[in-house]
Amino acid sequence: MHSTRYIIGFILILTASVAIGLTSLREATKEQAARNEDIFNKRAILSAVEGYLGDGVASVSDLSDEQVIAMFSKMEQPVLDMEGNTIEGIRAEEIDMAKERKKPEAERRLPLYIYEEGGEKFYILSVRGNGLWDEIWGNIALKSDLNTIAGAAFDHKGETPGLGAEIKDNPSFARQFKDRQINKEGEYVSVMVRKGGARDKQHEVDGISGATVTCDGVTEMIYRGINYYQPYLAGKR
Amino acid sequence: MADTAVKEKEPMFPFGKKERQLLSDPLNDNNPITVQVLGICSALAVTSLVYPSLVMSVAVVFVTAFSSLFTSLLRNYIPKQVRMIVQLVIIATLVTVVELMLKYLNYPVYKQLSVYIGLIITNCIVMGRLEAFSMANKPWRSFLDGIGNGLGYGIILVMVGIIRELFGKGSLFAGSPIELKIIGPTAEYMINTTESAMFGWYANNNLMVLPAAAMFIIGIMIWIQRSYNTKLVDVS
Repeated sequence: MHSTRYIIGFILILTASVAIGLTSLREATKEQAARNEDIFNKRAILSAVEGYLGDGVASVSDLSDEQVIAMFSKMEQPVLDMEGNTIEGIRAEEIDMAKERKKPEAERRLPLYIYEEGGEKFYILSVRGNGLWDEIWGNIALKSDLNTIAGAAFDHKGETPGLGAEIKDNPSFARQFKDRQINKEGEYVSVMVRKGGARDKQHEVDGISGATVTCDGVTEMIYRGINYYQPYLAGKR
Repeated sequence: MADTAVKEKEPMFPFGKKERQLLSDPLNDNNPITVQVLGICSALAVTSLVYPSLVMSVAVVFVTAFSSLFTSLLRNYIPKQVRMIVQLVIIATLVTVVELMLKYLNYPVYKQLSVYIGLIITNCIVMGRLEAFSMANKPWRSFLDGIGNGLGYGIILVMVGIIRELFGKGSLFAGSPIELKIIGPTAEYMINTTESAMFGWYANNNLMVLPAAAMFIIGIMIWIQRSYNTKLVDVS
């Protein structure tokens, strides 16, 4: 049997050395890890305009890290308040949607990325909502008519692999949103994920069987998310 | 299993019959999942696709091997009263190292697996081996025992993953750079994959992607293993 003093000493030395070891490892990798995360998020935003990335670029993974950073530095990135006014002095990429979502609705700030390619402007909106297990989020790109969807990309925190996680893992789910319209005869209707298959080819997409809750979450997220941008979009139209 | 260390003089890293057994036993006769029935939680959770199962296996092999090694190195200094806390500290440290390195080296894979990596801490196999083996054996053998048990866990994970992904999604290695579409219809549903429309009539079995399927598959595996490995029947 060891004495109490020995035990306390042992634990102190062990935890201190582990703490020092882990902290130094974290410090050594922090910068690169933050850069990786930043580029990962930027690629996610760009994947909403996949297909409009310029000549010879078929997918976001064809772009190098430097190209991604360069594209974002020249992009117009206004931040909007809930009334649709631009907030000065901040760029969209500095907004953390997860934090904004915790605020009361009226105080939220909305990031908007205005991406230009071949003379056409694309408005990339960020949306966030709840799936079955945890948060889901996505980016929706609108064409310059502010009605037609140019593309969408989704991600999630913990949806079931093979079912809800398909909103991200299966590229053809997000691809369905292309050319769908958010307005019906001038009125905002958003795009619905329909269980059993889309009936209205302009405003609905096919759901994923076995992932009804996640799909309903996507519908809700898109409806609400785009609606937040409505004051701004209305002013632009 | 946990024999006492041999007293005679031996090379620093001996690799005889005993050592081979440390590596091979967990693969069959003493498999952590099918015989000891440990680590079931993560085996049900991560195996819906092959690729995450594979990465999870590699991470678990790393953690079991090195936590066994470090525990064994410290075994004569660890106060018995707090040994479990010490083991947990070692495991948690290694899991954090895996997480930090993934973040540093391959962020997309980290994003895909972050939940699972944390699950390693709760994996009973790791702590079970530390308690049962490393606390009483020399570092080299503990290290091999850790690798063996990690592999024994990993082999089942990958086998279950292959069955579940093949019948649940019709593909293999989805999410990795070498995604293959093996069976089932090749609609636009799987547009990015290398297509080979074998058994185009096959409709994906949605049960397979649910954790319950892993339960059945592991159960059947245990059944098959016991029906040819008579040694196991007597043990229980």
